[in-house]
Amino acid sequence: MRFLLDDEQREFARTLDGMLGSYDTTGAVRAWASGDHGPGRALWDRLAQAGVFALAVPEQHDGLGPLPLELAVAFTELGRHAVPGPLVETVAAAALLDRLGDEAAAADWLPVIASGKTVASLCLLSPDSPYALDADAADAVFVVDGDTLRLAASAGPVQPSADPARRPARPVGGTVLARGPEVVAAAAYAADIAALATAAQALGLGRALLARTIEYVRQRTQFGVAIGSFQAVKHRLADTLLALEFAQPLVHSAALALASGRASARETAAAKVTAGEAAYAASRTALQLHGALGYTDELDLSLWIRKARPLRDAWGTPAACRARVLQGADV
Amino acid sequence: MDLDFTEQEDAFRAEARDWLAAHVPGTPLPSLETAEGFAAHRQWERTLFTDRWSVVSWPEEYGGRGSSILRWLIFEEEYYAAGAPGRVSQNGINLLAPTLFEHGTQEQCTRILPRMASGEVIWAQAWSEPESGSDLASLNATAVRTDGGWLLGGQKAWSSRAAFADRAFGLFRSDPDAGRPHQGLTYLMFPLDADGVTVRPIGRLDGKPAFAELFLDDVFVPDEDVIGEPGQGWRVAMSTAGNERGLTLRSPGRFTAAADRLTALWRERADPADTALRDRVADAVIGARAYQLFTYAGASRLARGGSIGAESSLNKIFWSELDIALHETALDLLGPYGELADGAEEAPGHGSWAEGYTFSLAGPIYAGTNEIQRDIIAERLLGLPKGRR
Ligand SMILES: Cc1cc2nc3c(=O)[nH]c(=O)nc-3n(C[C@H](O)[C@H](O)[C@H](O)COP(=O)(O)OP(=O)(O)OC[C@H]3O[C@@H](n4cnc5c(N)ncnc54)[C@H](O)[C@@H]3O)c2cc1C
Repeated sequence: MRFLLDDEQREFARTLDGMLGSYDTTGAVRAWASGDHGPGRALWDRLAQAGVFALAVPEQHDGLGPLPLELAVAFTELGRHAVPGPLVETVAAAALLDRLGDEAAAADWLPVIASGKTVASLCLLSPDSPYALDADAADAVFVVDGDTLRLAASAGPVQPSADPARRPARPVGGTVLARGPEVVAAAAYAADIAALATAAQALGLGRALLARTIEYVRQRTQFGVAIGSFQAVKHRLADTLLALEFAQPLVHSAALALASGRASARETAAAKVTAGEAAYAASRTALQLHGALGYTDELDLSLWIRKARPLRDAWGTPAACRARVLQGADV
Repeated sequence: MDLDFTEQEDAFRAEARDWLAAHVPGTPLPSLETAEGFAAHRQWERTLFTDRWSVVSWPEEYGGRGSSILRWLIFEEEYYAAGAPGRVSQNGINLLAPTLFEHGTQEQCTRILPRMASGEVIWAQAWSEPESGSDLASLNATAVRTDGGWLLGGQKAWSSRAAFADRAFGLFRSDPDAGRPHQGLTYLMFPLDADGVTVRPIGRLDGKPAFAELFLDDVFVPDEDVIGEPGQGWRVAMSTAGNERGLTLRSPGRFTAAADRLTALWRERADPADTALRDRVADAVIGARAYQLFTYAGASRLARGGSIGAESSLNKIFWSELDIALHETALDLLGPYGELADGAEEAPGHGSWAEGYTFSLAGPIYAGTNEIQRDIIAERLLGLPKGRR
């Protein structure tokens, strides 16, 4: 047993972090929110070059995976930098198409997803996944309805989200790609991958919120001292770190469960609820400790804060995840 | 990265499981916080020791198996899953022993450790004083130089199980003129039945004499019972205090086993429509798993040559809060039966929930309060400025 990321995985995270840090990611987020997908798509291409989407695609379809642990590592960095777009949905769609057992569909879609040419969105029409995220920005929108998989004809109406950089839509019409129990099984697997990726994204988001807040409370002074020297402030940040630190191993073990093909729904649910709640709590702390400044949308911090609640509730609400943890076999 | 155990580790697990299945008492021992229970638990320590299960991670020469930390974690998982008794020797094993391994002389190790491992000598920790709790370095009990040793004076408080234990270890002010409070302290060991020692048991929240006050009046301690250099007591104590907060005090097995029992209780008793309670059971299960995985990651870091420092404060807060949440949830599941104390005929689970609940309430206080741990996390892990304390 060696429950630690290896050097290569850590290096991969550092590379992505560096790449995203040197790009105007916040500019891309703001553009995305206003409906301009250009900078976001350019960023998408870079992520594809770095191999992010290939991690969800098997080797015979020009991918590197499926590698759930590396996906978790990558999505932590995507969350850290609040990268916009249907990232989770794209890798979940890849997982779905990979599991379907339909060679033609896989050959059609997986290589172009791996290379970044195709941005996908996915919606399972389930309580966990009632809409397709950023369908208007996607090249292909997959919809699972019961045991039927469709390729949607159009994105359908986009509805505003609490996070303007998320654009939920209800896709309409389209052609049937597959039907039957394979669709149900593949969709369940895709939902697990989506929950894992969302959990990892939330974890990274929470870490970014914590880091920015620490930086702020060290330099902001009131009553003649840095506010970071006040115990009420310190303790809230200590609790934020605590929650994130204990969420991370759950995310990693869920990835291992997915990688090994073990039953993973309970593990991904545990990771999802814990990371989602930790990130959401981090956003509340970040807002509170930035004071009124934190309550402005001009400060970039808002890009992270506004994502936290949606990530907590997408692909498995806390209640759904908790119920799942207690389902099935004994603990 | 993997969570797989080797064949040898699996075999070790099986060996521990078999041994425990054959030896764990069929009916739970009486509470170890009572005279009768203390004696029964001491006997259990002896049984463990006979087959080298009392201190699996210690070197063989002291009665252990020289096992890796991972094997120790495996053993603990099996131990608690088997419903084995609480460890009456834990203060010595978790706090004094690591200190001796790091700072003790060979003679001290040989003299003290095997008898600790066998339960023949049970140790109490004498750090706190009535006026020195969180601010431990302000302590006033004294050690005065005398021929061939030291004379201890003053008062210690809240010493767990000192009402029944044999010996104690603690910090004493040996140089009142040393500049700062942390200097001029000496770490010493002394018998609780020595001349000049008065032990006054104190009832804990449920009335059991779980700890005691110690009054010391010119208690002689020979030089051979000083740990480390005289005057360096603070450094000696702090180098191992992390053990108390960290994983050796509360291994994950305790919580995974309790979460399993809680899940069983929930399946047996819960109203399926009560999703609020269901969510809390799920959180306890998730928390126990998170703690286990966090510990595995820590053990992996140690195996790679890393060390655990201020992270032990994360550990301390997590397990203590998890423990309370877990037991509160169990009591809610038990409803009006939750109030039946251990010893009551109808007490669910032989009173283990009641006793566990009482014990859990102290978790955020002992081993350094959670407020102090949060300060440590903020200052050492997050780099925030020191405030007024
Ligand atoms: C069950 C149990 C077993 C124990 N066993 C032992 C033992 O075996 N040996 C031993 O030596 N001691 C033992 N103790 C004592 C324990 O170590 C102390 O209780 C602990 O250090 C806290 O000290 P105190 O009780 O004096 O509380 P205080 O230090 O007076 O604190 C009271 C409250 O004020 C808070 N507080 C204090 N200072 C600060 C600060 N700077 N910032 C924020 N909050 C602060 C504390 O967090 C706490 O909530 C035990 C305690 C318990 C409950």
